[in-house]
Amino acid sequence: MNNFLSNIGLHYKRGAASLRGQVKLFNQKTYENMVEKVLFLCGAFSILAVFIITFFVFYSGLPLIYRTGIGNFIFNSQWAPLQGVFGILPMIMGSIMVTLGALVIAVPLGLGGAIFLAEFAPKIVTRIFRPAIQLLAGIPSVVYGFWGLIILVPFLRGYFGGSGFSALAGSIILAIMILPTIINISEDSIISIPREYKEGSLALGATRWQTLKHVLLPCARPGVITGIVLGMGRAIGETMAIIMVTGNVASLPGSILDPVRTLTGNIVIEIGYAHGDHQDALFATGAVLFIFIMVLNLLVNLRLKKEGDA
Amino acid sequence: MNPKLEEKICQVFIWIMALLTFFVLAAIIGNLLSNGLPLLSLDFILQSPRSMGREGGILSTIIATLYLIAVSLIITVPIGIGSAIYLTEYKKKGKLLRVIRFTTESLAGIPSIIFGIFGFAFFVIFLSMGWSILSGGLTLALMILPTMVRTAEEAMNSVSDSLKEGSLALGATRWQTIVGVVVPSALPGIITGIILSIGRAVGESAAVILTAGSSLGIPKSLFDPGRSMSVHLYILAAEGISMEKAYATGTVLIILIILVNFAANYLTNRQRARTS
Repeated sequence: MNNFLSNIGLHYKRGAASLRGQVKLFNQKTYENMVEKVLFLCGAFSILAVFIITFFVFYSGLPLIYRTGIGNFIFNSQWAPLQGVFGILPMIMGSIMVTLGALVIAVPLGLGGAIFLAEFAPKIVTRIFRPAIQLLAGIPSVVYGFWGLIILVPFLRGYFGGSGFSALAGSIILAIMILPTIINISEDSIISIPREYKEGSLALGATRWQTLKHVLLPCARPGVITGIVLGMGRAIGETMAIIMVTGNVASLPGSILDPVRTLTGNIVIEIGYAHGDHQDALFATGAVLFIFIMVLNLLVNLRLKKEGDA
Repeated sequence: MNPKLEEKICQVFIWIMALLTFFVLAAIIGNLLSNGLPLLSLDFILQSPRSMGREGGILSTIIATLYLIAVSLIITVPIGIGSAIYLTEYKKKGKLLRVIRFTTESLAGIPSIIFGIFGFAFFVIFLSMGWSILSGGLTLALMILPTMVRTAEEAMNSVSDSLKEGSLALGATRWQTIVGVVVPSALPGIITGIILSIGRAVGESAAVILTAGSSLGIPKSLFDPGRSMSVHLYILAAEGISMEKAYATGTVLIILIILVNFAANYLTNRQRARTS
């Protein structure tokens, strides 16, 4: 009898132990699952962020575009917010002008820099040059703007006359700011070309420059173009540096020495005191800018995808 | 043309391009530092600005900047690390991964002014937080998220599989492995990401001026407006208040960015030396 009872006790203990084990295992599993869910939410956060940003930019911007008519908003060259006239053509032209100007300056310089770093620079020079480029990329845009305001604008004023605040000043500042993007991405794509290509060309008796022109640059072309488009995106979205040097006059520029106002500048300069329709018009300016940026991003992504397939 | 001559000309041309680039950088930093360094003093750091910033220092803007950074990091660091863990350890391929990656890339491509417009429309007006440290910090958090995710992801990818497998073989669960092995090994990379994010937040002005405002007082709570250092530099220079103070503020900003770069490089190099 005693034996029997102790047997039952033993069974009972074993059962409890295994039960406890199961409970623990179960807890751990739910715990792991919960962790995964939380991590998923973290991952999905960027999806939510992009969605909500897109939604709100258009939600605040589109009503006014709808009210004034899209053609009237985009192709009207008069911006007189106090009279309720909202035409952003001058700002669109201003943005396009400084961005193209920046590309004209930055693309040859950036390509030259990239080729230099990838092919010609002695090791010691690269070791100074690379961190310098990295630093150039990290300097805040207000600092560039400030430098432009105290050095570049007076220089242009002395050299070309006028006020010095101009599309040209904006282009130069932007060019400096997008150089790191163009140099880094172009250099990466030149370096990543298989060595055999280059060696084959050199072995056939081509000079270094011929190799560069006929072998390396054509191979690196997709990367270089990606770099340029990314630089362009950065240029068109740049704000603070630009408003400090372009003069911000909201009328159609006649030459690159005229002051201009960009889409970005239009928003920052007036949003502090804008109300009602005026404020909506600034949101609408943001929406138009956002469309520009989205198109550029899309181009880059298509490009990258094509490269990935090839 | 004679190929040898062509070669020479092009080499010279490329050297000129490169030197010009370098010269521009030296000109900008040299000019700012040479004018700004003599104006720096302890008083400049420790005094609040007086008469719109014409007198005094930049203490209130330093405090506002620190608050903004704190708010944005509190949100972005956990979400960024969590997102990186999910992308590297849980979801290694598939449609969802591609969507998350695409949106993170897109977030990185959105210019700061759009973040500013969004923050103004959403946080300031729609959620009626007003121009405040909270609105600014939340907007910055979204801006620096891609930097955080990308660097943390890279750091975790570089943790060797044998370490993870060793931990799993000892009976650790996936999450125990992540907490005990992956994250500690990736820590220098994650810290690099945090440092780079701080750099971006310090330098940002367009998004901050639209969401945190530009009031010069020391913010006392999350709902007070504040003026960050970058915004202060913009206002000093653009409104012609004081070029001297602008030089000094710009110098502080540049020194901070140089420190950020230096720290990030140091950590990356050390990590590289250890893994290779």
